[in-house]
Amino acid sequence: MTTSASWADVPAFPLAAKAALADTQLRRNLGKATSTIREKRIGVVEEMPDWEPLREAGRALKDRTLRHLDRHLLELEASVQAAGGQVHWARDGDEANAIVTRLVQAKGVDHVVKVKSMATVEIELNEALEAAGITALETDLAELIVQLGRDRPSHILVPAIHRNRTEIRDLFRRTIGPATLTDEPAELAEAARRFLRERFLRARVGISGANFAVAETGTIAVLESEGNGRMCTTLPETLITVCGIEKLVPRWEDLEVFLQLLPRSSTAERMNPYTTLWTGARDDDGPREFHLVLLDNGRTTSLSDELDRQTLACIRCSACLNVCPVYERTGGHAYGSVYPGPIGAILTPQLAGMRAAGSLPFASSLCGACYEVCPVKIDIPTVLVHLRNRSNKERAAASLRGKLDPERLALKAVAKGFATRGRYERLQKLGRRGQWPLARGGKITRLPGELGGWTKARDLMPIPDQTFREWWMEREASR
Amino acid sequence: MRIALFITCFNDTLFPRTGQAVVTLLERLGHEVVFPLEQTCCGQMHFNSGYHDEALPLVRRFARVFADEQLIVSPSGSCVAMVRDHYPHVARESGDPELIEAVRTLGERTFELTELLVDKLGVEDVGAYYPHRVTYHPSCHALRMLHIDDKPLRLLRAVRGIDLVELPQAEQCCGFGGTFAIKNADTSIAMLDDKLRAVAQTGAEICTAADNSCLMHIGGGLSRQRANASALHLAEILASTEDRPFGVPQSGGASASIAVVRA
Repeated sequence: MTTSASWADVPAFPLAAKAALADTQLRRNLGKATSTIREKRIGVVEEMPDWEPLREAGRALKDRTLRHLDRHLLELEASVQAAGGQVHWARDGDEANAIVTRLVQAKGVDHVVKVKSMATVEIELNEALEAAGITALETDLAELIVQLGRDRPSHILVPAIHRNRTEIRDLFRRTIGPATLTDEPAELAEAARRFLRERFLRARVGISGANFAVAETGTIAVLESEGNGRMCTTLPETLITVCGIEKLVPRWEDLEVFLQLLPRSSTAERMNPYTTLWTGARDDDGPREFHLVLLDNGRTTSLSDELDRQTLACIRCSACLNVCPVYERTGGHAYGSVYPGPIGAILTPQLAGMRAAGSLPFASSLCGACYEVCPVKIDIPTVLVHLRNRSNKERAAASLRGKLDPERLALKAVAKGFATRGRYERLQKLGRRGQWPLARGGKITRLPGELGGWTKARDLMPIPDQTFREWWMEREASR
Repeated sequence: MRIALFITCFNDTLFPRTGQAVVTLLERLGHEVVFPLEQTCCGQMHFNSGYHDEALPLVRRFARVFADEQLIVSPSGSCVAMVRDHYPHVARESGDPELIEAVRTLGERTFELTELLVDKLGVEDVGAYYPHRVTYHPSCHALRMLHIDDKPLRLLRAVRGIDLVELPQAEQCCGFGGTFAIKNADTSIAMLDDKLRAVAQTGAEICTAADNSCLMHIGGGLSRQRANASALHLAEILASTEDRPFGVPQSGGASASIAVVRA
């Protein structure tokens, strides 16, 4: 696999995070943005009397669908074909990119317009098209900002969350003009509108992702706020949709649940401004040619693991990013993936492998805020811990260095030591006696090696003279 | 009522006074406390750090040691969450039907201290006296895994003499997260920094919680800053009376080096 969800040039999370933490502007932007949307989300969720049952329903629907995904996918294929669309199967990103490139080339165009889509960023479709001489224009405002700046997305929903309006003004002045642009949001949006409108009208091929694909009808759903998605999916003659195989819902009525869960969790709105639904292709309205590219790219591997599987229930709302105390401080780029934040910390290692993203399952304090807000109840902390176990095992199996990792050796020794009461009590005494070189002046202010991470900013009290059990035994003896 | 104390390896070794406080408190309320000396560690550290093979024997051991106890209490939200939420998962992964059965009812019998007091024993006023300005940090596992809600606050509000002040952004994680504090020290410290600022805003001299692990983190930060505040486990506040105060620890949270102050 040459395309994956992970960016090879970003270092492991602890190092990437360290650099991000030093960017005070970034932390301020993120702190403001995430706390605003957090508050808003609470408001629109609390007004729903049946929010918990809705979450249960969303999760149950996803679980059931994923268990029978093979059947549903074939049903989807048949429905799309019956409605006049064509279906293509892609095992990985390379295959998907080749299919899309071929389809665009067959139309004889070198420009396409795109709806914001995570799957196409995951497989680096724009880069693949560019290599074939095709320019793919992102039409979502934030995605356009990322593209014009030759930047990377740092949030699932708000890819340019790391940019402030002055930076965007400067970028627009440099790229799409006019040079007199101010940093007023309305003016910035207007500049993008003017630039995009003309391209919408000229485009002959549109490319989209999918929020949902309904198996029984062959209907694709895209939810958005700006109306650019509506333009891309209705104006061009040819529409190509790249859809992860997990986006499928069996029945039309299943949308009822997800169309309530997604906007409230995502933009903290009761309803998203634009929901575009289309079924196949027809001569009298919308695109005359419709292609659905069904993308695996590692998803069936996740499907095969009982705990990993729930990751595929994700509807990409990004509520977990907005509540995550780690994401709020480091931003998205530190995760080195198109999927940042808590969901990225479990999804990226599954898609890209532990070698590329093995530090991500550890990029969490396991506070559980993500699980609490997830509209489809993905138990992210449990999957994180499950992946940590896999990451540790793979590292130990891969190299001697992994086998001799100090943390691994220490925890193995501790586990042995805690296996019997005798050994445990001896370890306690050993710790107390062995700490004297460190515990001067009543507190430990510097620890050696890896443990030094603790004493960078935190003191430690020495182990007291008497353990609890010693006190207890003394008390029992004196009774 | 007979109550078995699950002290946790962490409290046993580093925070013995918290255990003493639990014993003092429960005996004052007229209960019999037993302490099975065979207990060591619940395996949480191994499980959460991704060493599940190493956690398994500790889970087995815990299930064996506490097999016959009907009521188990622990002054640690995260260790109780380990027993209640993760033991069934570890047992299932082991594929051992006996272990699956053994941990099945363990979660229902194991309580975090404030759960035991409020839900099981039905008390909110434990007769404590603690004349200090205190703020409460809801530790994540107690809050989001055990859902202990406002039980600690209800207990604290009933303490005589206490000046209880609300912690801003209370539900934000302090950044401890076990090995996270070391592996991702920079991010962890950035989180701690905001928590310390919130504590400072309250003007409290004591930051309390239901978990000494978070308190070691917050207390360690306060100590490094030479802040005019320190961390103290909630059990020690609830155990304090006019006749027998549990004392105010030094900044840094470890309370063992301080002798019990006799009034």
